[in-house]
Amino acid sequence: MKIGVLALQGAVTEHIVSIEKTGAQGLPIKRAEQLEEIEGLIIPGGESTTIGKLMRKYGFIEAIRDFAGQGKPVFGTCAGMIVLAKRIDGGEPAHLELMDITVARNAFGRQRESFECDLEVKGISEPVRAVFIRAPLIKEVGPDVDVLTVYKDEIVTARQGNLLVSSFHPELTDDYRLHQYFADMVEYSAAANQ
Amino acid sequence: METGTSRVKRGMAEMQKGGVIMDVMNAEQAKIAEAAGAVAVMALERVPSDIRAAGGVARMADPTIVEEVIKVVSIPVMAKARIGHYVEAKVLESLGVDYLDESEVLTPADEVFHINKREFTVPFVCGAKDLGEALRRINEGASMIRTKGEPGTGNIVEAVRHMRYINSQIRKVNNLSLDELYNEAKTLGVPYELLLEVHELGKLPVVNFAAGGVATPADAALMMHLGADGVFVGSGIFKSDNPEKFARAIVEATTHFTDYKLIAEVSKNLGTPMKGIDIASLSPAERMSERGR
Repeated sequence: MKIGVLALQGAVTEHIVSIEKTGAQGLPIKRAEQLEEIEGLIIPGGESTTIGKLMRKYGFIEAIRDFAGQGKPVFGTCAGMIVLAKRIDGGEPAHLELMDITVARNAFGRQRESFECDLEVKGISEPVRAVFIRAPLIKEVGPDVDVLTVYKDEIVTARQGNLLVSSFHPELTDDYRLHQYFADMVEYSAAANQ
Repeated sequence: METGTSRVKRGMAEMQKGGVIMDVMNAEQAKIAEAAGAVAVMALERVPSDIRAAGGVARMADPTIVEEVIKVVSIPVMAKARIGHYVEAKVLESLGVDYLDESEVLTPADEVFHINKREFTVPFVCGAKDLGEALRRINEGASMIRTKGEPGTGNIVEAVRHMRYINSQIRKVNNLSLDELYNEAKTLGVPYELLLEVHELGKLPVVNFAAGGVATPADAALMMHLGADGVFVGSGIFKSDNPEKFARAIVEATTHFTDYKLIAEVSKNLGTPMKGIDIASLSPAERMSERGR
């Protein structure tokens, strides 16, 4: 099973290392045609404005919408969550507009307010170490969105069908259970598509 | 909940990978940089080439400029403090700067000691021209390394030299046997534990960017080809004829550094690049890369 990581900018190699721990093959994706080679896609952390611009420039907006439209899973962490959202708080134009959530960018403040802590994620038995870096959070969710983690009354992990998002960076720890959760989603969808 | 941990600080640098960090001198330039796809901006009073031309003592930027830039962009804002100038760094941290550069571009405040960067909540980037310097800075708490290059010259040769040298030293350390490592740590003047980490990882334990002399999209791509995790561009962008176009071209060449047709395309009609300085024409005192060991 092949899972791609959008490799326009950001923490690409860390995601590939985490994916490979689940037993799947990790692949950096630089061109839209490469989406045909993979069964699931991760949009990594980085700068959402940079990633969003490069996605537009290289035809990734339509291509990823098609990819997700076929039921193939997409996982966005931090900046990845921002680009998947239908709405961005403050009126900034949204990017992929796939997931029925409203996100607020840099919601916890500047870098000096960035932090790590242990959090419960629905569907994962023990708490995970969550690293928040100038992280966004989810302000509102649509009716089809399942909230997986709440931190201080704010939503930081959620799922809507084949779409998974987290405010924090599971790829920065050795714990790959959230990647395993995603790999299971990919395996399930790949089996269903056959 | 913990802030300012090594993971949070180094993680911040990981998020910048594959990106371009641009020097800006005011809010307007910051907006141009952000619109072009910069992953961060470095707020400065003068770019390195102007510092070089002006001479005298170069210090931290006026806080007004830093605040003005923080106000207008949503991407991270960096700022430079003089080597060893703890108070400049604390002042910049108090303004809400996301990343500090303890930089040889400014006139050093201390010719022996660097800032103890572990005491800060925000991460630091520091310049290095060899593995010894890189590991000493990491030991002091730097969360990101960049090549020193020779800032403000528009000449890539020193950045190339430093990147190649650091990488060749890492390859050597990677191949040493465990009983040879301790002696190598002594020779390099670095902590054994850090050298052991490099030996095991086969790379620095933090992100390593290229800086100091990047003047064209092809320069940026060359540094990525040599193994840089990303690129700092100082004087090149806002000294060019068309900063907006130039900035976009550098971002695209950095992302697609092996796509030579694309680099050709974005390099078209960029106007006159920085004139540049031949390094051989600089006296040792004029070389910023000799500052801070």
